Amino acid sequence: MVLGIDASSSSLSNKNLSVLVVDDDPLIRMLHDNYLKHFGLKPHVVENGKEAVKLFQLGIYFNLILMDNEMPIMNGVEATKVLRDMGSTSMIVGVTSRGSPSEMQTFMEAGLDFCFEKPLTFDMIDFILKELNMNDDDDDDTNN
Amino acid sequence: MDLVQLQRQLVDYRTSLYHEGFLDEQFTQLQELQDENNPDFVVEVVSLYFEDSERLLNELSKALEQQIIDFKRIDAHVHQFKGSSSSIGAQRVQRLCIVFRNYCEAQNVEGCLKCLQQVKHEYSIVKTKLESMFQLERQILNAGGSVPV
Repeated sequence: MVLGIDASSSSLSNKNLSVLVVDDDPLIRMLHDNYLKHFGLKPHVVENGKEAVKLFQLGIYFNLILMDNEMPIMNGVEATKVLRDMGSTSMIVGVTSRGSPSEMQTFMEAGLDFCFEKPLTFDMIDFILKELNMNDDDDDDTNN
Repeated sequence: MDLVQLQRQLVDYRTSLYHEGFLDEQFTQLQELQDENNPDFVVEVVSLYFEDSERLLNELSKALEQQIIDFKRIDAHVHQFKGSSSSIGAQRVQRLCIVFRNYCEAQNVEGCLKCLQQVKHEYSIVKTKLESMFQLERQILNAGGSVPV
């Protein structure tokens, strides 16, 4: 039994969402991968920003990208900037272990939709998925 | 020891780990991810954490033995250790990592060395405690019971 999850985030509504997890730490990748699977999603997982950009260049679209900040080769801030410059409309959620407000602000300014501190919790993912499902409703013009 | 006693012992042990600050709610989140599709999830994640940690602690020891200390590299390792520790709920280790990073930023070798010793110590304690907890769980399962949540 999973506590705190309501019907709007059930597996059924999430089946068509594609998710990318970008993190250099294999433990975090495994954790986030499992969290998302629990919500009925099948995340794709890569280990740095450059890999995420490559996927975009190949024309592969993701509804949601969970982006770590501190990664080798290309970090979260750079990858987010590059993706937005290239025209990505994915929801990009930054996940960072740095607590400092200025870090989070820089990260948000790079083009994030939301930013959370690690570790991710069920509530955060629940929130993100609700936001995603709301955005996907084309004829939903009562939400502001 | 009978099954009920074992189960009670496990619950008490687990509760004490939270009370003493060895584990925090993040560990509870991990347990919630475990189900019939993923029956060994917690043990798998924690085992990965142990492997990762041992590698990182090794790297840290080596880095601090160098003639010229690369604080950036040390900071990167501690950052990773802090991240993984917080993700499995190893609260004490995570908090020590924060202190460790401050010493890195200040480029304080003495401070870093002291922190490394403390982190190694706390890590080995939480490792032992988690292993004991898993052993209790195995005993319960072997006795035909189920692990209380």
